[in-house]
Amino acid sequence: MGMEGIGARVARKEDKRFLTGKGRYTDDMVVPGMKYAYFVRSPHAHAKITGINVSAAKAMPGVIDVLDGKQLQADGIGNLICGWMIHSKDGSPMKMGAWRPLAVDTVRYVGDAVAIVVANSVAEARDAAEVVTVDYEELPAVITSVAALEAGAPQIHPEAPGNLIFDWQIGDGAATDKAIAEAAHVTEIEILNNRLSPNPMEPRAALGVYDEAEDHYTCYTTSQNPHVARLVMSAFYNVAPENKLRVIAPDVGGGFGSKIYIYPEEIVCLWASKKTGVPVKWTSDRTEAFLTDAHGRDHVSKVKMAFDKDHRIIGLKVDTIANLGAYMSLFSSAVPTYLYATLLSGQYAIPAIHANVRTVYTNTVPVDAYRGAGRPEATYLLERTMEVAARELGVSPAELRRKNFIRSFPYQTPVIMNYDAGDYEASLSAAMSAADWDGFAARRAEAEGRGKKRGIGMSCYIEACGIAPSQAVGSLGAGVGLWESAEVRVNAVGTIEVLTGSHSHGQGHETTFAQLVADRLGVPLASVNIVHGDTDKVQMGMGTYGSRSGAVGMSAIVKALDKVEMKAKKIAAHLMEADESDIVIENGALKVAGTDKTLPWFQMALAAYTAHNLPAGMEPGLKETAFYDPSNFTFPAGCYIAEVEIDPDTGKTEIIQFVAADDFGNIINPMIVEGQVHGGLAQGIGQALLEEVRYDETSGQLLTASYMDYAMPRADDLPSFKLSHQNTPCPSNPLGIKGCGEAGAIGSPPALINAITDAIGVEITMPATPLKVWQALQAAQPRMAAE
Amino acid sequence: MYDTNYHRASSVEEAVKLRSSQDEARYLSGGMTLIATMKQRLAAPSDLVDLRHVASMKGISVEGRKVRIGAGTTHAEVASSSALKSVCPAICHLAGMIGDPHVRHMGTIGGSVANNDPAADYPSAVLALNATVVTDRREIVADDYFQGMFDTALEEGELITAITFEAPEKAGYAKFPNPASRYALTGVFVAKGASGVRVAVTGAGSNGVFRATDIEIALSASWSSDFVASVAVDAGQLMEDMHATPEYRANLVKVMAKRAVAMAG
Repeated sequence: MGMEGIGARVARKEDKRFLTGKGRYTDDMVVPGMKYAYFVRSPHAHAKITGINVSAAKAMPGVIDVLDGKQLQADGIGNLICGWMIHSKDGSPMKMGAWRPLAVDTVRYVGDAVAIVVANSVAEARDAAEVVTVDYEELPAVITSVAALEAGAPQIHPEAPGNLIFDWQIGDGAATDKAIAEAAHVTEIEILNNRLSPNPMEPRAALGVYDEAEDHYTCYTTSQNPHVARLVMSAFYNVAPENKLRVIAPDVGGGFGSKIYIYPEEIVCLWASKKTGVPVKWTSDRTEAFLTDAHGRDHVSKVKMAFDKDHRIIGLKVDTIANLGAYMSLFSSAVPTYLYATLLSGQYAIPAIHANVRTVYTNTVPVDAYRGAGRPEATYLLERTMEVAARELGVSPAELRRKNFIRSFPYQTPVIMNYDAGDYEASLSAAMSAADWDGFAARRAEAEGRGKKRGIGMSCYIEACGIAPSQAVGSLGAGVGLWESAEVRVNAVGTIEVLTGSHSHGQGHETTFAQLVADRLGVPLASVNIVHGDTDKVQMGMGTYGSRSGAVGMSAIVKALDKVEMKAKKIAAHLMEADESDIVIENGALKVAGTDKTLPWFQMALAAYTAHNLPAGMEPGLKETAFYDPSNFTFPAGCYIAEVEIDPDTGKTEIIQFVAADDFGNIINPMIVEGQVHGGLAQGIGQALLEEVRYDETSGQLLTASYMDYAMPRADDLPSFKLSHQNTPCPSNPLGIKGCGEAGAIGSPPALINAITDAIGVEITMPATPLKVWQALQAAQPRMAAE
Repeated sequence: MYDTNYHRASSVEEAVKLRSSQDEARYLSGGMTLIATMKQRLAAPSDLVDLRHVASMKGISVEGRKVRIGAGTTHAEVASSSALKSVCPAICHLAGMIGDPHVRHMGTIGGSVANNDPAADYPSAVLALNATVVTDRREIVADDYFQGMFDTALEEGELITAITFEAPEKAGYAKFPNPASRYALTGVFVAKGASGVRVAVTGAGSNGVFRATDIEIALSASWSSDFVASVAVDAGQLMEDMHATPEYRANLVKVMAKRAVAMAG
């Protein structure tokens, strides 16, 4: 692997600029004549707009213009769309209501954008926004998914009667019902998956620049996938044709899914730039981020898991209601269907599975993918059910899991997925050994002596990454292919630029992608640059989400490197008068195997560009492009164990230890992978113990609109993590990579809740706040309060 | 934030004069509440009178058992004062738990006591220590000073210059932080001194900081954490919000009181 190649713990190349405050984010961009936008937003969860008066606002100091939804509509700007078609089980297409970038007649959640003010400063824009008069006729609002489906609930979109977007199913209902009827034991449980706010450190921002002379637009924005943003803004929102729209996503400070989607603000800033003749910049403040960034999760599910007399799972039935908020965000329909229900087999051989999923509109922020996207929901449901089943059956949670593990591969689940490789026993054993599972009883007894309740819990997760084979997702309704692209440019002096369609917003691609090139060509890491995030520089690409950049993005680089290597060898063979098949690349030089003939890499590159002496018929230059379309998903899996201690006086949970044993296949940079797992675990622990978006269920006002009320995990909420890696290389991609970005957030919540319920002996929902744990203990043992 | 005029005062007199010369002026100390509120446009003072350069409002003096903390003293200075630690470590402990390091290096005791946030830490110490709030024009005893949520005995334009108290024989503070904000979901300061046993509760009362007289009586009878357990805390006057019910807060009052007594020794 060398000091800088695959497998080396190379320090991140990008960290110098990030850690010294020299990153260049969208809000850092300054263009001549730039002005500032502030959005007028709905203070109501549901209301009719009966009038908008902007005359006072237009007269305010520094104001350039105030624009509303009618003007936007008149200019032909289209509605926002969801890009994944789901059909209900009756065959009807999902019922998508209109999402106008600026609301015209109805607002449907608190924060819905109504108008934009453009002014010389943010302060002046905000001053003017305060005097825009919007007349509203308030309508009743509905906040929870269950209430939205009730008869007589407020109707949110005319297109979706009863607020039902689709009623979808997967699997074999009859076989599953039969298994349940014939079961020796059925575990039934209701699962709530709490609603989360993504909270990337950098809030969303957009800078729209219209160049009248060229009739051309440039959009700087906080995107995880600038090419998809350009495609969607061109093809569906009618902002500009693709060749007249450049999208740049410079340094982006975290996304966690929330920056995949196209939001109203970037569309409106581009349109407003043309309308006003000035570049228009908008930067979300933190309150706006809470109000308008797409939320995650929010499922209510009923589960039945059937066992035979030997404790083998014979059937699983799931009924889920997923809250999609007020509008269908870009991938919102895929998250509670193909990214969720296809993972319901978990690590277990389950012969019959059936899941029914209803998605509903509510008067809340749109809900879409958030770190894990569907897979945390599936894992939480399954691993909580396994835990409850083990308790009901009186067997150890490890034994119940072991008994049901899939042990031979490939394995076709009843819910589409074909698992290609894995060793679930290896991760389970590694985790139990690292956690000293067998010594837990003694530790619990010791804690009891101190008046503390100690519990231990595990979670065996599997997820599908490397999203995704284009033909397969196309057949399931995806509006796009999910391949990735790469271009490897060898310069005349031998240095290398890699142009990738993946986007880095914290993942460390500038380092890991360069490690791949360094490993392959033997060139120093410092001579490799990674270029991404600009549609004018980089060929079409699909971006970063679903832990796909390693498995898909790097595979595209491998394909391009294959081509580069082939041409480089041809040139070297020609110059050294050797056979092409005898050329090897070692330590930055091309050598004739078994001889002392050698050609430095840079001389070969120079020869490619001087073109004075190339093989007959060869084109000059050394630059190759490749598109890689995966043949399967990848299947990272692992076992997490949490051990907690609960203070019965306050209900506070302390995490004593957290063990993560992950199989990510081959690993490029273990340090970066560990960082990804740490971050994922922090978010999963946040979901399990702290985080929850809360709305007032009558008024629809967001109650958790700041960090005063939305509890993010802090360093002192987290333990030191014990990590280990098992490795069954992924057979479907050239590097054997599975992906590691989301696992921590997927596997950790059920491990924690299993540990907490083990400690307190009663069920609890996420987040298991001190208040809720204390209340659960009071309900269970009314007299055991702080004596 | 709306436009505002900034003034830097170099003395108490100058500060009071600047403040009184404008209708909508506000004193600015550490700004840890005021600036955030202004940024959200929830406060719009026409003028800010910056107190951070008033030398006489800074510093901690301990003479025998008499303590004086200048109103402009930061939480970090209180937390790390060895002179204060030798006579009343509980207040150092309290100051070290306020907010985060940034807040502790900016926020001041005078600002916190003047604001009287119902979940702030300092009001419980001031009340339990039977401290005196010294202003530009008078001295106010703690029992008269706190008048409800964000409400104090301060007159318009009155400026806190120092907090003084007699160091107690024993004192302790225990806080259960709000998981989101880290303000006190319930914090209890207990003190035993010349004025007897005083127990003050912050974060829990629907009318701001208050004295838990039943616990004071129990602790006066016997200074032990076991004695606290026998006291019934009435949830009726306690706050309800999304983070805690009155019943949970009532429980926390007892638990934190026990822990504060244990800390006091």
